[in-house]
Formats: sequence, structure tokens, C-alpha cells
Amino acid sequence: MEFKDYYTTLGVARTATKDEIKRAYRKLARKFHPDVSKEKNAESRFKDIAEAYEALGDTEKRAAYDDVGKRHADGADFEPPAGWDAGFEFTGRNFGGDDDAAHSAFFESLFGRQRAGARGPRPSANAAGSDHHAKIQISLLDSYRGVQRSISLRVPQLDAGGLMTLKDRTLDVNIPKGIRAGQHLRLSGQGSVGQGNGPAGDLYLEIEFAPDSRFRIEGSDVYLDLPISPWEAVLGASVTVPTPDGSVQLSVPPGSVSERKMRLKGKGIPASTPGDLYVVLNVVLPPADTAEAKDIYRGMAASFPDFNPRRAQEA
Amino acid sequence: MTTANLPTKHTVLVESEVEFTLAEFSRACRADIEHLVVLVYEGILNPHGSRPEQWRFEGRELKRARMALRISRDLEVNAAGTAMLLDLLDEISHLRARLGERGRLS
Repeated sequence: MEFKDYYTTLGVARTATKDEIKRAYRKLARKFHPDVSKEKNAESRFKDIAEAYEALGDTEKRAAYDDVGKRHADGADFEPPAGWDAGFEFTGRNFGGDDDAAHSAFFESLFGRQRAGARGPRPSANAAGSDHHAKIQISLLDSYRGVQRSISLRVPQLDAGGLMTLKDRTLDVNIPKGIRAGQHLRLSGQGSVGQGNGPAGDLYLEIEFAPDSRFRIEGSDVYLDLPISPWEAVLGASVTVPTPDGSVQLSVPPGSVSERKMRLKGKGIPASTPGDLYVVLNVVLPPADTAEAKDIYRGMAASFPDFNPRRAQEA
Repeated sequence: MTTANLPTKHTVLVESEVEFTLAEFSRACRADIEHLVVLVYEGILNPHGSRPEQWRFEGRELKRARMALRISRDLEVNAAGTAMLLDLLDEISHLRARLGERGRLS
């Protein structure tokens, strides 16, 4: 395990005061908070920042951390105490993250496992188990067709002797057709076990779309940039257009220009009122990389002596 | 919850099939009831029903509630500040969507 330098993460000196640490954290949090930030890797950056602040913002934790720090250089191997690795965990393809306050193994080796649940309601006798949240990434095609996913959970459970053990469980989840990013599936009874006779908590899966190089998604509408040649734009053409669920033929009307938007009604994300697929035309010029091609462009210039693309700007 | 007595593998789409009471919503958001009440009084969440014991939260409020709770906790802003921030984020995403729609509808 690598030793983490929390002071470097927050960009403060080892001698920083509590106020300086808080200021540094707040500034970084505003910049990298995944709900407000458009920075790359905001989510992982923020996790590091929040963890560093949790360790350094608390006087007792900071003292314990400084004590360990005196014996370890940053990045050097760090030997955790036994028994630190236990808790509610998720694994599986494209199955990301558990509850939002997950800490690094390094943090947990120092301060123990402190789940997000610690901030939630206090459990009492016969209390319901806590609910859990995780994210699951699907493709746009999965949303068009629906898909089944297997996810594995490692859940701490008390055995008959009252000892905490980790139990592996695999769940097959049906992801319904038409689901959109940001929506949640609830799996009843798949959260933490309850206390006493309390019912188990639920598991919530938040849907994310895997990044797609071709399609943009706005609600249930899908956008595609479609490159076309100048002659297809000017003369009109029938072109093959990819959709998330197979190709369709699209007729480009004569006289089309770049950024013209064509709507394929109902070809967006399925629903009782399905979204639309918008094809945004993008006219691409052939390169003039041979003498012959250059001659063709010169010929065009000669053929359109009155064409002035900047006429509108010349008041 | 409304479907708590169904078989364990029962899966529902929260946004269209679930309505939460305040206690259920508190568990689902992993947040204290008092915290959620503040978010309602600040206008961040809009449950149906007049008194807290009658409140019903639509499934689509789950995402907004979790976001509000994360923002107020992580950025250390109060409920009024969180409400303002959420309104601004809504406006930014609306403007981004308009930008993404560039081009004319034919």
C-alpha cells in the first residue's frame, strides 16, 4: 500500500493551521466537486481532496497521521494493520463505486472503516438495514434494447457466532429498455442486513452511459454529427446513417448546409413517447493534396466569380 | 417502502414507479430526517402533501436530494446556498443543452 501525502493533496505546508487547511479544502472542493465541476477526473480528484481534508481537518486524525508520516516517505510502501479490509463492496464489469464516502485503503488502514452510513440515521434494535447506492455503466445500445447485467456484492454479515464475515453474492439485474442516465433502479432487500428483526435495506443502482464517440444524449433525444461531401450537400443524396441500434437511410435534401439538423422521429431513446434522433450535417471539403485536385478548386473559383461567402459581413 | 414486501430480487425503476414517505426517503438518501425537512422548506425538494407525515416524494427527487446533500456536506454551504447552487446548475445544463442543439431544425 502506498503512503499518501495529504498535505500535498491539499497544497498546504505541514505546519499549516486548521484555518489554512479548511481554506485550501474549500477552494479545491469548489473546483473539483463532481456535481459542479467540468474538470477531467473531477470525481477521483475530489475523492482524494475530501479524504485529505477528513484526515487533516480533524485534530486527532491529523496527529495520528503526522505520527505515521514521520516514519514513512510519500509513495513508499506502507504496511497496514491486519483486518482493515472489510465492508460493503461492489465488483463487476462497468460497475463503479460504492457509497459516496468510500475511502482509500490507506485511509482505512489508519482510521478504520467509516462508511457514509455513519452519517445516516442511527440504527436501533430491530432497525432496518441501511440502503446502499452504486453506479452502473451501460451503453446507449443497452438502453435501446434493455440488457441483463451480473454484479457481485461483498456484504459483511454476522454469522451464527456473532462474527463479522464477508459474503459474496451475485445478482442478475434486468436493466429495462428506455432507461436514461441519472435514473435509478431499486433492488429491494439487497442493501445491508437489518438489526434484529429489521428488514434488509435496499440497493440503488444509478445508471450512467459509457462515453460514446458518436452520439450525444440530451434527455431522451440523441444527436449525431454526420459528415457529408459538398456534392451530397448541394445536390442532395441518400446516405447511410448509424443509429445506436443499426443503420438507417437518410435523404439529405438538395441545398443543405453545415449544421442543418435533420430529425429522425422516434429514433431516440425508447419510451412510451420515444426520443428523437437528430442528425447534424457537417460538410467536409475534399483535401486539395494533388495538382489535379487543386485544379478542380481553381476551376470552381473561375466558375463562381460572383460567389462571396463573406457578403453578410460586408455591410 | 411501497414494495418492501415483494421478493428480494424485485427491481423497480425509481423515477417512474416509486413514491417515498419521509422516513423511506431518509433511508434511501442516507440522510437525517431533519436534514431533508430543511431541504423541503428551502424549496429544493417538493413533496406532495402539506404536513411532513403526509409528504410523498416522487422517485425523480432522489437524484436531486442526493446531489443537494453532497453539495451541502462537501462544499460546506447551508441550505439556502445549496438551493441557489442547484438553480444555477439547472440553468447551466439548460444552456449547455441549447448549445448542443446548434443548427437549424429542418
